[in-house]
Amino acid sequence: MSNSEEDFNFAYLDEQTKRMIRRALIKAICIPGYQVPFASREMPMPYGWGTGGVQVTAACLQETDVLKVIDQGSDDTTNAVSIRKFFERVAGVKTTENTGKASVIQTRHRIPEQVLSEDQILVYQVPIPEPLRFLEPRETETRVMHALEEYGLMHVKLYEDISINGEISTAYAYPVKVNDRYIMDPSPTPKFDNPKMNFCPAIQLFGAGREQRIYAVPPYTKVISLDFEDYPFEASRAEKTCEICGATNTYLDEVVIDDKGTRMFSCSDSDYCNSRKS
Amino acid sequence: MYVAVKGGERAIDNAHRWLEDERRGDRKVTDLSVDQIKTQLSLSIAKVMAEGSLFDPELASLAIKQARGDLIEAIFLIRAYRTTLPRFGVGKPINTDKMIAKRRISATFKDIPGGQLLGPTFDYTHRLLDFKLLADGSIDEFEPGKDTEQMFQHVTQFLNNEGIIETEETSSSEADSPDLTRQPLEIPANRALRLQALTRSDEGFLLGMAYSTQRGFGRNHPFVGELRIGLISVEFEIPELGFNIEIAEIEISECETVNQFLGSKIHPPKFTRGYGFVFGQSERKAISMALVDRALRWKELGEVSDGAPAQDEEFVLYHGDNIQATGFVEHIKLPHYVDFQAELELIRKIRKTAFEAKKDE
Repeated sequence: MSNSEEDFNFAYLDEQTKRMIRRALIKAICIPGYQVPFASREMPMPYGWGTGGVQVTAACLQETDVLKVIDQGSDDTTNAVSIRKFFERVAGVKTTENTGKASVIQTRHRIPEQVLSEDQILVYQVPIPEPLRFLEPRETETRVMHALEEYGLMHVKLYEDISINGEISTAYAYPVKVNDRYIMDPSPTPKFDNPKMNFCPAIQLFGAGREQRIYAVPPYTKVISLDFEDYPFEASRAEKTCEICGATNTYLDEVVIDDKGTRMFSCSDSDYCNSRKS
Repeated sequence: MYVAVKGGERAIDNAHRWLEDERRGDRKVTDLSVDQIKTQLSLSIAKVMAEGSLFDPELASLAIKQARGDLIEAIFLIRAYRTTLPRFGVGKPINTDKMIAKRRISATFKDIPGGQLLGPTFDYTHRLLDFKLLADGSIDEFEPGKDTEQMFQHVTQFLNNEGIIETEETSSSEADSPDLTRQPLEIPANRALRLQALTRSDEGFLLGMAYSTQRGFGRNHPFVGELRIGLISVEFEIPELGFNIEIAEIEISECETVNQFLGSKIHPPKFTRGYGFVFGQSERKAISMALVDRALRWKELGEVSDGAPAQDEEFVLYHGDNIQATGFVEHIKLPHYVDFQAELELIRKIRKTAFEAKKDE
């Protein structure tokens, strides 16, 4: 029960477990958007904190990798700090906040603003991997719906949104269709990020620990946000300018800065913002 | 100008130091030893071992100490540790006929061969606070009688001799008993897998599920055929030796319920069974587990489901794990401001459209 780092295998997981996860990853890459069941392990952080992403990252990491971890787009948020420290400790890999210098990026809720490259892996933390879950609570049912490509329910839901609210009322975790086949949950990223997934040069891997699912989008794969011809998808953001770096094309955080409720807008991607500032 | 908050790292370090300080509490009071927990809080340990799926009283005690008595947190520590352990193989099926029981009762018969053995139970205590314990009152040692050193045949066996209760089928191969901790849960599950999930499920969740069946949501009237608590040995075959060796002696609670029957005018009716098995002295959970096990068996017994929660395998198996549940429920306290921002933009836009539409009216 000592706490010395030597007690852990590289990147915490034992090699058998990594092999099991890598097999799931390979299957996921081969069937873009398909949810592969995997024997998720209990990790030393709680379910909901990114255990799926952590296991995928652990299975991908090699000693030469440079890791970046973001949560809400920022390297400084508490959970990003905690996961980064975890891998510094159990894998001893180099870490960075610089998006361009990272070979593996684990993220929760955002895709970096900077366009990713072919030699990068983006690992998403996923709470509910099933895009149909809130329409049909049973896993036994939703698996059949995917198998039969029976997605009518989803289109009806989007249609009902429009008939009630005048537009599709999904602001994040906005469903996408991958490679013209599977409907996939992009994880709870704001829909602003959806277009970045389409023909992305980097490998995109998704890990859902509690739900025991892994899925993936291979490089340069078609990822289309669901919509209707007369109600096209729109990647929305606050129509403001970042007050720190002046960016007009980034996803912004709205921060309340005094008791009167004065708002300030700034980039959610802290590394992107810093790089423009300096 | 507002500067984005930095210092998450320092905040985390300080939070951890504060947590440790609070865990230790008033330094004028003696530090609680793991031995004290191990020997005096054995029912907490039973819960941590059962739901942590690791029989190790010492580590369970350590986990309880580290978790400041929060048992779900302690279970989590044990699970996170357990998952790093290699799996050597599969032990031999344990035979609870060979249990040295310290408690063994049947509600279906007035007396049974070997007798009813109450053992160390709260059942007939009066729940009056014992203020003597405040003053650290010493307790006389108790020497159990000879009755506690024997093995007992299972009570349901007496019914089985008459053919009046269904026979439990033994699984023929390892493949019949998949390992929930090494394979993803897939539905439908066989009974072995269901029992595995139930025995590590949250006690409170199972209790609620079991209670709901008694109140009519999936009614299935149970009798406690037998409840027994005691020690059994665990054997493991070492291939190099070619024979079984005893690797541990563990305390377990086992409950067999006798439930209403199957059958018709043509097929002679038989009682059916529910089964509960839990590490440590944990009879509330063993009984609950037996009730839920029986409720989940409706399909294989040819019954019609009421659609009650306790009969719904997917509902029970997916939601009984307290480590998964606590993680997902509590994770909503993590930052979600990016998604909230997206919702804000959306609701503002829809409201604007609605206001404009109203103006035009």
